[in-house]
Amino acid sequence: MQIIKTDVAIIGAGGSGLRAAIEIAENHPQLEIALISKVYPMRSHTVAAEGGAAGVVQDSDSLDQHFHDTVSGGDWLCEQDVVQYFVENAAKQLTQLEHWGCPWSRKEDGSINVRAFGGMKKERTWFAADKSGFHILHTLFQTSIKHPKITRFDEHFCLDLIVEDNKIQGVVILDIAEGEAKLIQAKSVIMATGGAARVYTYNTNGGIVTGDGMSLAYRHGVALRDMEFIQYHPTGLPGSGILMTEGCRGEGGVLINKDGYRYLQDYGLGPETPIGQPKNKHMELGPRDKISQCFWQEQQKGNVISGDRGDVVHLDLRHLGEAKINERLPFIRELAKAYVGVDPVYEPIPVRPTVHYTMGGIATDAKTATSLAGLYAIGECASVGLHGANRLGSNSLTELAVFGQLAGQQAAEYAQQATHQDITPLRQQAEQVIARTEALLNSNGTEKMADIRQAMGDCMEQGVGIYRTQASMQQTIDTLAELKQRYKSIQINDKSSVFNTEFLYAIELGYLLDTAEAMAHSAILRKESRGSHQRIDDYQTRDDINYLKHSLAYFQADNAPIIKYADVTITKSQPAERVYGAASETKEK
Amino acid sequence: MSAQTMPAHSTMANKVIEVEILRYRPEQDEKPFPQLFEVPYNPDMSILEALQYIKDHLDSSVSFRWSCRMAICGSCGLMVNNIPKLGCKAFLRDYYPQKVKLEALANFPIERDLVVDMGDFIKKLEEIKPYIIPATDDKCLSEGTYKQTPEQMEKYKQFSMCINCGLCYSACPQYGLDKKFTGPAALALLARYNRDSRDAGSAERMKIVNQEEGVWSCTFVGYCSVVCPKGVDPAAAIQLLKVESSKDYLIGMFKPD
Repeated sequence: MQIIKTDVAIIGAGGSGLRAAIEIAENHPQLEIALISKVYPMRSHTVAAEGGAAGVVQDSDSLDQHFHDTVSGGDWLCEQDVVQYFVENAAKQLTQLEHWGCPWSRKEDGSINVRAFGGMKKERTWFAADKSGFHILHTLFQTSIKHPKITRFDEHFCLDLIVEDNKIQGVVILDIAEGEAKLIQAKSVIMATGGAARVYTYNTNGGIVTGDGMSLAYRHGVALRDMEFIQYHPTGLPGSGILMTEGCRGEGGVLINKDGYRYLQDYGLGPETPIGQPKNKHMELGPRDKISQCFWQEQQKGNVISGDRGDVVHLDLRHLGEAKINERLPFIRELAKAYVGVDPVYEPIPVRPTVHYTMGGIATDAKTATSLAGLYAIGECASVGLHGANRLGSNSLTELAVFGQLAGQQAAEYAQQATHQDITPLRQQAEQVIARTEALLNSNGTEKMADIRQAMGDCMEQGVGIYRTQASMQQTIDTLAELKQRYKSIQINDKSSVFNTEFLYAIELGYLLDTAEAMAHSAILRKESRGSHQRIDDYQTRDDINYLKHSLAYFQADNAPIIKYADVTITKSQPAERVYGAASETKEK
Repeated sequence: MSAQTMPAHSTMANKVIEVEILRYRPEQDEKPFPQLFEVPYNPDMSILEALQYIKDHLDSSVSFRWSCRMAICGSCGLMVNNIPKLGCKAFLRDYYPQKVKLEALANFPIERDLVVDMGDFIKKLEEIKPYIIPATDDKCLSEGTYKQTPEQMEKYKQFSMCINCGLCYSACPQYGLDKKFTGPAALALLARYNRDSRDAGSAERMKIVNQEEGVWSCTFVGYCSVVCPKGVDPAAAIQLLKVESSKDYLIGMFKPD
């Protein structure tokens, strides 16, 4: 087994992992950085983000407004000190990306342009047409190349964390092309592995978004926080789930049902705004949780459009005209043409809600540190406390930059204080990890992986979807428990060592099942409705007396996770009724 | 309770399409060999989805890269009937009822099945200094963003759209002959930074451009731009760099270093 010593190991080389790596390389040139990714960095799922990144720039806007939009958007489950830090550093970190070459869309005078986004009172979303994540990721990847202290381990898969003496001391990784395991000995480790939306059948996410880092931390006793909060993005393509950015609505696109009626006005988001005059926090610029819920309500009323690819509503961009669509939403046009055969210049796009984002994740403090000494977590795999019960679109790309920078700084400082420990116990642990991995590879199970994966995705959609009941969640919990048992006899036909993707999918499925279990158990115990967690049984309203709390899920191997609760940090915004549309204006008066 | 589950694909009754994959598992196969599969046909189905069907239901050992399914991550390049394509953006409907033949991207060493060794390609991207090299009087963060008008952005925007899928290297006859050639995607990326108003690194990068294995290896076949799934037009980038390189040469004649 190859043993490689480094100072800071970063698992995941998407937006947040790259940002952290650059932070360390720029400011701590004496430190060695191992940047580990199961894919080449530019394949990371940051690449698929479309709409943009929020940061206050307009004179008419203020940090306070960004703060309040985020906290109310999160239904008061946000850590308010974290939100404050975030809004204060947002524009600065987006400016940093600009200096590194990110081609943000501009106004005629060459200054940064911003667009409207759901739940945001002012236009503050920086965008690079409709490929914002793509440009951020490539800018960061290319900038990272400048730094010789960043050693990349591309296409290396993380098998486990090495915890010894109550602190993290390294990771075991598998070189996918060679089939060879390596021990990376590190003084601190940053988890930046992204979300877990692949636990659902229909999602906007890439195939690699399998909750790896969440499960690895969880299995080592770190809590997963607020896992019941899953974001359905209201506008995915039917069938594939491919994302149609919220930027479509930010630019003025409207949602209509089978009668051509803008149904959002019936659900507290109205009054109807004139076509071509989108109004912040009204109608199509409401928050994602509510707009996805409206689809479900319309579906119950029989107002949706049924087609070959399932039930949809229409996202109509036609009034924007070809020139504006080509300038602001060229990728949307390309995707709609390719995947549903619709040119949005001439026809409305069929859309439906699909799973998009995990608000929760590895619990960290306000400075990205987890409860395990030396381990930090950032980006979608983490719960730093920014998003609460519902993330506002365009806050997460900024999160990568703001907390990627912070985690880099924190993990570097930790590494400077620490020394490499005796390798012997670490090597012994790594050997056990490898033995366990080989046992899985060489097992003679009979359970079909594709069946377990499908059953998992379907039961999550059924039980922990847009609306939930005690019975539906219990059913999902039971199914997941059964699937976890079946997983123990999973069939792996391919026993080879070179680029054995069947084997990797099997390990990923294990990560997915544990993450799914944390989600379902956290959900059933939250006996209220808040943000994206909406119940249609006995708990249809928010209950601040009992549940103005974060959930914390603790792994218990074959038993159900233990769910604990922690207080929410509230600084300047006391919980209030969460309102959009006309009601929000009344409230602000 | 979710919004009603949607059918992944409403499969056309009994229609199948033949998919032939060039297999190669270095630990057990002496050389690559074709394997034929029958996949239920659906006009919505991409080549990538056909591969996923094969892996899930017919032969779990077939290996290929993929992730985003929406032509932006650049993972799933392969040869479809001898033409470099993204698997997620090529559709069975464009081949049915004929057989589809899938092979690993040409001009790259096969690692296994449809997975190629991208190492040389990635190294070439790294070598062209693909990052802003600021002028000595560059701005600090507190001074805010650089001004860059839409016209200034237009000069490089197209060349910033590359998803690093490698299709252009697969299409490039020159790269096929000589692996030292810097190649289309890397040169387009080089042009992207040289043409950015915030960058002051042109002189450094022109040394790479002017080399034998820089732009002058390109024989202007232009197939790279034909197969590019993102409209980057690397051939145009190379032509622009050739003009710059010629200017460099002329200036160099009168003003030696």
